[in-house]
Amino acid sequence: MTELTKSDQGPDAATAQSAVANNTAEPAPARITQWGEIRHRFMANRLAVVGLVLVALLFAIAAAAPLIATHDPYAQDLTNTLADPSGDHWFGTDALGRDQFSRIIYGSRIAVVVGLASIFLACLIGCVLGALSGYFGKAIDSAIMRVADIFFAFPLLIGAIVIILVMGRGVLPVIISLGVFSWATVARLLRSSILSVREMDYVTAARALGAGTSRIILRHIMPNSIAAVMSYVSFSVGTAVVAEASLSFLGIGVSPEVPEWGNMISSARDFLGVKDFLWAYPSAAIVLTVLGFVFVGDGLRDALDPKLR
Amino acid sequence: MGKYVIRRIGQMVIVLFGATLILFACLFVLPGDPVGSLGGDKARDPAVIQQLRERYGLDKPLVEQYGTYVSNLVQGDLGEDYTQRREVTEVLSPKLGNTAKLAVAAIVIDVVLGILAGLIAALFRYSFWDVLVTLLTTMAIGFPSFVIGMILQSQFAVNLGWFPLISDGSFNSLIMPAFTLAIIDAALVARLMRGTMLEVLRADYVKTAIAKGLPRRTVLLKHVMRNSIIPVVTYIGISFGGLLGGALITEAIFNWDGIGFALVTAIQQQNNPIIVGVVTYGVAVFVLLNLLVDLLYAVLDPRIRLS
Repeated sequence: MTELTKSDQGPDAATAQSAVANNTAEPAPARITQWGEIRHRFMANRLAVVGLVLVALLFAIAAAAPLIATHDPYAQDLTNTLADPSGDHWFGTDALGRDQFSRIIYGSRIAVVVGLASIFLACLIGCVLGALSGYFGKAIDSAIMRVADIFFAFPLLIGAIVIILVMGRGVLPVIISLGVFSWATVARLLRSSILSVREMDYVTAARALGAGTSRIILRHIMPNSIAAVMSYVSFSVGTAVVAEASLSFLGIGVSPEVPEWGNMISSARDFLGVKDFLWAYPSAAIVLTVLGFVFVGDGLRDALDPKLR
Repeated sequence: MGKYVIRRIGQMVIVLFGATLILFACLFVLPGDPVGSLGGDKARDPAVIQQLRERYGLDKPLVEQYGTYVSNLVQGDLGEDYTQRREVTEVLSPKLGNTAKLAVAAIVIDVVLGILAGLIAALFRYSFWDVLVTLLTTMAIGFPSFVIGMILQSQFAVNLGWFPLISDGSFNSLIMPAFTLAIIDAALVARLMRGTMLEVLRADYVKTAIAKGLPRRTVLLKHVMRNSIIPVVTYIGISFGGLLGGALITEAIFNWDGIGFALVTAIQQQNNPIIVGVVTYGVAVFVLLNLLVDLLYAVLDPRIRLS
């Protein structure tokens, strides 16, 4: 690891982010754990820290939504519709007089739940199939990779729409549809990473010591291959949040009365150019969420393997 | 090379076959009977419904329906649509042309904006322009296309009135959807271009070229540009496939009369043949473009076709 850190400090190692924010890592202490090293590199990346703060903020808001919201997100007030932002309604009210601020706060819950659950599902399928594929190779590998190719051939939204047509609208169908059409990349990443780790000496050593297949995969191969998957996971949570909002925006995601950012933006289309605050605030919520996950993903990628840049 | 091409085409056929199988399996366990809603309020007569089911082959066993679907598909026949009773291919082909028009316009914007921005950022590293490009491209990645569409619509259509809010197919109404579709990809192209160019700029062969006294122009055009454009070309090839799929949202926002808009409409009408048709087109185009990109890559990099 120390060797990698040295090359990291070279004047040539700067990447796209470094122009905006980069503190080169301080010289590593003599002995340091691998994860300590990774955390150190991650925290030295200013953009990654900004991302981490945004993501933490999102989780906190989603968890404490009832405490933060100033109104009931479902409560309609037909005497006070389309009100401009004010002291009582910080982000104004929508066409049914519902408080926009509270709806945005509650909307974070859908974003968190769908983003995490769908990518968790994708990781579950992708890691199992990718590990099998990479470790056993040959016929199993080709079979699994052809199936992955098939799922990879569907653009995410189009694939998701097909599943939603079968299952109907709602949070669960959205989660499943996004997970089912996201696992292929996880499987591919893990497979190729395992292929390069599989022939390492320590794996041969473990095998020579009589370790079983599952022990070799779980204890020796996975911890060293998971790096490739981790930064992808962070990116794809952001992608899943956008995809979920896009589906709701198209009117095939979660039901329209649910406080959800895509829904809010979609219903604001009727007041475009007149009441722009109706879509500007939920849009800002989406953008900050996605940027948070992208920055964390960028930071993780650079921290986990400086060579990759 | 021949062997590689044949292997990749074989894989592509499997993928297409599998994709149609998934699609078919999904759409025929669909809740709701498309024929039931077809005749409107008047045609509730069971005899009429039976007649309609026969007409569309919905009374046959699923395996037979799938066989018919695939054999028709191979012949370029996507069946008849439920609402207008026209051939799906006939309904979709002008829309496919419209989507292609939009995608090509977006690609042109991608290439011009993305490569130019990346080039400037890499050549004048750490300058004001570099920081600006890096900032803008970093931000742009967080913007979903519908947010970009709404911003453009409210500013340039409603407030300034430069472009029509809803597309009518004219060139003027192409500009906003094309930008909506292009901006995120242009940002990614710019980042990619900047990254690869910085890498190429410090490669040994560039140092050699400069050391042996070649003019700066020649080094830039013949050594730097040519080598840093390869990943960008690949990326654009892949994203073109994605654009056809991603046009869904953009077309829905601007009512652009392409296959994405057709898909959204068909979903509301439960018009299965159109849905199947659009998804089949989307998948086929995506797979074909991936094949082309892979082949192009193999031509450019011999290591790939030998592995």
